[in-house]
Amino acid sequence: MALLTEAGPHPSAARRSGGALSPTARYVVNRVLAAISTLVFVVLFNFFLFRVMPGDPIGLYTRGRNMDPDQIRQLRAALDKPLLQQLLEYLRNPFSQGVDSVKYHAPVWEVIGPRVGPTLLLVGTATLVATIIGVWLGIRSGWNRGGRFDKVSTSTTLVLYSMPEFWFGMIILIVFAVGIGPFPGIFPIGGLSTPGVDTSTPAGWLDVAWHLVLPVTTLAVIYLAEYSLIMRASIIEETGQDYLQTARAKGLMDRMVRKRHAVPNAMLPTMTLVFLNLGFVVGGAITIEYVFSINGLGSLTVDALSGPDVPLLQALFLLFSAAVIFANLAADLLYGYFDPRVRT
Amino acid sequence: MPEVPQGPEIEGPAPTSARAIVWTRRRTAMSAFLRRFARSRSGMFGLFILVFFVLVALTAPFFFPRTVLDVTQATGQPFSPPSLEFPLGTDDSGVSVLALVCWGARISLLVGLAATVLSMFIGTTVGISAGHYRGFGGGALDRLTDWFLVIPYLPLAIVLATVLGRSLLNIIIVIGVTSWPGTARLIRAQTLSVEGRPYLERAKALGAGNVHQMTKHVLPNVMPLVLANTTLAVSISILSETTLSFLGLGDPDNVSWGSILEQGFASGAISQGAWWYLGAPGVCVVLVVLSFNLIGRAIEEILDPRGDAH
Repeated sequence: MALLTEAGPHPSAARRSGGALSPTARYVVNRVLAAISTLVFVVLFNFFLFRVMPGDPIGLYTRGRNMDPDQIRQLRAALDKPLLQQLLEYLRNPFSQGVDSVKYHAPVWEVIGPRVGPTLLLVGTATLVATIIGVWLGIRSGWNRGGRFDKVSTSTTLVLYSMPEFWFGMIILIVFAVGIGPFPGIFPIGGLSTPGVDTSTPAGWLDVAWHLVLPVTTLAVIYLAEYSLIMRASIIEETGQDYLQTARAKGLMDRMVRKRHAVPNAMLPTMTLVFLNLGFVVGGAITIEYVFSINGLGSLTVDALSGPDVPLLQALFLLFSAAVIFANLAADLLYGYFDPRVRT
Repeated sequence: MPEVPQGPEIEGPAPTSARAIVWTRRRTAMSAFLRRFARSRSGMFGLFILVFFVLVALTAPFFFPRTVLDVTQATGQPFSPPSLEFPLGTDDSGVSVLALVCWGARISLLVGLAATVLSMFIGTTVGISAGHYRGFGGGALDRLTDWFLVIPYLPLAIVLATVLGRSLLNIIIVIGVTSWPGTARLIRAQTLSVEGRPYLERAKALGAGNVHQMTKHVLPNVMPLVLANTTLAVSISILSETTLSFLGLGDPDNVSWGSILEQGFASGAISQGAWWYLGAPGVCVVLVVLSFNLIGRAIEEILDPRGDAH
């Protein structure tokens, strides 16, 4: 129920948009407006954060690096303009900043572009695996609550839930890629493909899949813990409902009651969580990519930290935030579509 | 003066002042709570682990003088596996991992607790105000909470930590400032339900001001929820500290579990197969985080009127 009230439209927002619209349209408009307002907040936050800090902003931009005096003069000229003008220029193209990535000497979006694919591949596969296994575990343990399966899986998931994902990744690397004692490691220690292998051929795909096994397992294991806990809680929430009693009274087998009646209703909160969780998955991807040396957005973020490469970091923060805001919007709209109660 | 309510749950001589009545009631509730907590096996198990680690953190300087951590005075061989002399092996410069882990407990627990206090303070203040003040002010706080709730946590923390620079205080601030919105949301909902109750109307009729209503009437009622949330929040704070330190954004002058992991990863402990070096601090993190999670769940279960939340 908590999720339900959270996803609901804000009461004051509902009042603002007037009465001409149907409840559904009003719901959609409200959600879209909320997403836009968050995006605007993030852009402004991003702009001002690096300008309200004490000290010389040039120092922050170029810390620990040899810079061409000409370049510094250019930067200073850009930062000496009136704040409003700077803001307008920033809003016109938040990703350019008028300043290139300090480390890569190239426009930030050119640095970011090729890094998107690996991250999407890693995060997408891990989310898919985690959702399927997590939901299955949650259904099984929630339906026979208190049974042996439930006890084992709940305590396991609680332990997994308490783990820093990058630590789990490092341990997995030691065990399965380096090997302990007499047991040799069999998996590659990092990267997304063997150098020299053409990843556009079927053999190349297999190579990539082989490299993905350990990082995807790490991310999936950590996230399936959370999904299964939520799925279990929502299955338990459903088990007390009258309609299940009715289904049983009709003479339906226990398995069918679960599959046809309880699960579809309990799925909703979990699916929303999968989307809402993308923000945390992004965070996990940062450390996991670093540990497994995958050349995605996460490694790029860690890369931008040393220095720090502020323009690149700002652009990455904006990109991550925008991705999560859209994922949230999608979750809200899906929720509204599947559960008419939140639209009123 | 109103009549003193005499229930069976109040023991001893009848309290006379309003304040004494309140405190007697709170003591009774507290002891009932403790009795129920003592019956929760997982809760007590969590408490046991936690007490152990707190003792380790407090007594670390007695067992391992600070000089043990000095890499120039390290006595062991680099990357040596566990032995009698070094029960948890040594790190890349021959320092005992056991000593590192014991000293790390101090910073990890300190940052975890301090950041949680900050986060709880912000979250409770924003939550109660957002629930109390309707209209523009409350709406603005709601929006602010929503925004911070949506912004991905780790990228935000990274950006803040980069701007603020590396220090013990800064990492506490970064974690505190990024982790409050969940609490604020929870407290706001609870505040709304408390404000609907008749005794608040009575207080208003008697002329109670906004601050009086919030601190004397709403706050005591949301406090149990804040406490249950606090234990869960500590575990998130400790995980965040570990992650940020691992990324090199922690305090450079002190050892924490996260900074041990950073050092281990950077020095190639993985390809050395030094499982003890990376394993020990991680196991500590998992145990402490788990203990806070277990305690938090036990408290939640006691406070939940439905009694079957999990």
